[in-house]
Amino acid sequence: MRLRSLILDTTVHLVFDVALVLSVYLLFAGHNQPGGGFVGGLVAAAAISLRYIAGGLDDILVVGRVRPWTFLSAGLALAAGSALWPLAAGGPPLDQRAAEWSAPLLGEVKFTTATVFDTGVYLIVVGLVLMIFEGLGGEEGRA
Amino acid sequence: MLFALVLGHAAGAVGVFGAARHLRRGVWLVGAVAPLTVVVWLVANAGRIADGQAITARVEWVAALGLAVDLRVDAFAALMIVLVSGIGVLVYAYAWHYFGTSPKAARAAGLLTLFAGAMLGVVVADNLLALYLFWELTSVTSYLLIGLDDAEAESRSAAQHALLVTGLGGLVMLAGLVLLGQQAGTYRISELVAGPPSGMLTSVALVLVLVGAFTKSAQYPFHSWLPGAMVAPTPISAYLHSAAMVKAGVYLIARLAPAFADAGVWRPLVVTVGLVTMLAGGLRALRPFDLKQLLAFGTISQLGFLVVLFGIGRPAATAAGCAVILAHGIFKAALFMVVGIIDHETHTRHIRLLPTLGPGWGPTRLAGLISAASMAAIPPLAGFVAKEQAYGALVDGSASDRVVLAGLVAGSVLTVTYSARFACALVRPNLVSDVVVDRPQAHDWPTRGFVAPAVVLAGASLLLGVAPMLWSGLIDHAAQALDPRAHAHLELWHGVSRPLLLSLATLAAGLALFAARRPVAAVQARLAPPLSGLQVYDAAVRGLLRGAARLTGVVQPGSLPVYVGVILVTAAAAPTVALLAGDWWSGWPGSPGRAAHVPIAILLVVGAVATTLARRRFVAVVLLGVVGYAMSVLFVVQGAPDLALTQFGVETLFVVVFLLVLRKLPDRFDRSDTRPGQALRLGVAALVGAFAVTMALATSGSRTAEPVSRQMSELAYPQGHGRNVVNVILVDIRGLDTLGEITVLVAAALGIVALARAGMSPRRRPDRGSETVADERAGR
Repeated sequence: MRLRSLILDTTVHLVFDVALVLSVYLLFAGHNQPGGGFVGGLVAAAAISLRYIAGGLDDILVVGRVRPWTFLSAGLALAAGSALWPLAAGGPPLDQRAAEWSAPLLGEVKFTTATVFDTGVYLIVVGLVLMIFEGLGGEEGRA
Repeated sequence: MLFALVLGHAAGAVGVFGAARHLRRGVWLVGAVAPLTVVVWLVANAGRIADGQAITARVEWVAALGLAVDLRVDAFAALMIVLVSGIGVLVYAYAWHYFGTSPKAARAAGLLTLFAGAMLGVVVADNLLALYLFWELTSVTSYLLIGLDDAEAESRSAAQHALLVTGLGGLVMLAGLVLLGQQAGTYRISELVAGPPSGMLTSVALVLVLVGAFTKSAQYPFHSWLPGAMVAPTPISAYLHSAAMVKAGVYLIARLAPAFADAGVWRPLVVTVGLVTMLAGGLRALRPFDLKQLLAFGTISQLGFLVVLFGIGRPAATAAGCAVILAHGIFKAALFMVVGIIDHETHTRHIRLLPTLGPGWGPTRLAGLISAASMAAIPPLAGFVAKEQAYGALVDGSASDRVVLAGLVAGSVLTVTYSARFACALVRPNLVSDVVVDRPQAHDWPTRGFVAPAVVLAGASLLLGVAPMLWSGLIDHAAQALDPRAHAHLELWHGVSRPLLLSLATLAAGLALFAARRPVAAVQARLAPPLSGLQVYDAAVRGLLRGAARLTGVVQPGSLPVYVGVILVTAAAAPTVALLAGDWWSGWPGSPGRAAHVPIAILLVVGAVATTLARRRFVAVVLLGVVGYAMSVLFVVQGAPDLALTQFGVETLFVVVFLLVLRKLPDRFDRSDTRPGQALRLGVAALVGAFAVTMALATSGSRTAEPVSRQMSELAYPQGHGRNVVNVILVDIRGLDTLGEITVLVAAALGIVALARAGMSPRRRPDRGSETVADERAGR
């Protein structure tokens, strides 16, 4: 059993949630401001790696009840699906559609199909990092 | 309609596979629906085809590339359909009895239906590429059919042998077909034959196409797969050897010969290969004691005969070829069926072990004897009528035709001899066996239904021989479809003519050779070539595997420094050569740096140099991280927040992941490298560094076109609905690239886990990881 530092644990828990929110913000803001699925995914991954440093592999695998493989496949399915669905509508692949409407509290909301694609990218980056931790970060690997 | 007929086979196969459990023996009925429909369709359209009309169908495939699938049924295709689908239906009826309640029946029926469909596709395709597609489909389905008994090593290796030889031939042929299509400017076979190209490239293309045809039709020196293919259940052999598969090569030669026979290499090549095959196959058929093997070598010999007739490419020979191809299909299918019946009921097909075929075997024996007689061209049978045509086509020709005729007569003499061997084995096996044994009577005899297809075929051999006018029209039209100048008029009695005398002489010589079979066998045993085709094939495959293993040992030494070195040197050297060859120096880049660049540059250089000097791996990784972070600061200064964010995130993760790996490596770098080794590393590093600098300088100064980025910025909002140009490029303008990249990421994730797990012993495997792909791959 590893020694756990209370201060590190508490800080990481705080930072982890904030970083995850930030990553989702980056994902959705990315179309108009700096950010995007890849950057968002990286930030989420960095948050996960913090958790790993503080609590080891068990910590991140418990947090993410979803398997890394599910992240990867869901991400690829989302991205490929959003890239290909315009074909069904007779358009070229990756054809973008946008819709704008006003929502209570949020004001004007604009949604583009590119966000779906970007979400796929986000999920894949997160899945990849989880996969790396699971593959290389197990206890038995510690020297 | 034509497409429906071809695709009907696929549908039939799906039906067979899908409902196999409910159908049981009914799989053969369901499977036979498609070929039966084709036969009915052909009969219904016989009048139109006989008028010289061709029935065509066309489906645009990729219109932008001008790719279309054309199907076309002319009279020659109709003749082939009689073989493919007509004999096909009889094979189904035969297989119904042969397989009985065998659990393999469903698989055999489904595959046979697919195979029949592919073969139908070959003969009705009017497009070289479509023909190639169906051609390869016959290779694949025949592979599965030959290997039907997949528990037997012999079956598997025979199936693989067939697939490798015909598949390789098919690939060579594809090169030829593409060349031919490009030369002619069309891929439609009917247009190609109407206006054949010529010249050197065309000759090369033809040789390549012929290699494909030779492998498919088991011509020497590619014949060795066919005798092996007889490990397949007999109904499949009967179909494979008589009507389908091996006839595909002959079919292609027949189609192309009238247009190309006069050009360059065609006639000498095809006629030589065909004659060698006919003679060598005939000689080999004199030796085996396995009746099926005897027939297999007989098939090789007969295929040689057909290749010669069609390959000559003259009207009379083409017409004769049409007659022989039908006669051969009929008698060879019947002969295989007879052997299959004997094998099925007495559990042997070996001449040494055959029992006496007593009461109840009359129809089987009669069907076998009639068909063997037709094979030997004894009047009044179909084989005789066809062979008369062949002799008649060549007997009045030039000196070179006489040589070919002599070869054909010699081959036919051998045909008579092995036909006699086969016939004798049915009646008095001891006469042709090398051991004389007491043969008890066979206990079982086949049911009437089992023998019926063979009897029908033998009856056809007899009927077509006695009444040649029944098929004279069909052969005439078929020959005309190949070559408008061709005419066939089949007759049993031409009067006392030279072809008749030749036929009689052939028969007499063949029977004399049969009478002298023991001395002949002794001579053959002494003169047998030291290497059989099968041994050559085995040696070739073994050599290939060994060579591949050795090559892999050289190019995959398993040393990481070697891999990295090769990658880096290639990446640096290849563009450098291109750089130096061109006019690369366009002056120093115009814009000087800003003041903020100076500290960043210092940080970058110090970090990079310090990394190389670090003694501990951990320190090196951290210093490498410094370089990365400095880069992201540079991006910030240059006004690229997206890049900076990404670089920052990647760098952070990079350090963490690196640390994960470092736990499994020694703390310090290994400094025990020799001096030459160090010099080599230094050299590679210097080369890569020099390349990077040169490349950066050369590219920054060599812009000639307007930057594409300007257009992208303009397009970003109206088309991509986004103000962040970088993101719009990623998800929209270059979205397909991104899709490809994330797919690579997923593949990389798989690779990482597989690699990491490969290094673990199963005992230490964490239980949680049991769902990952690495485990599935390992079959756990």
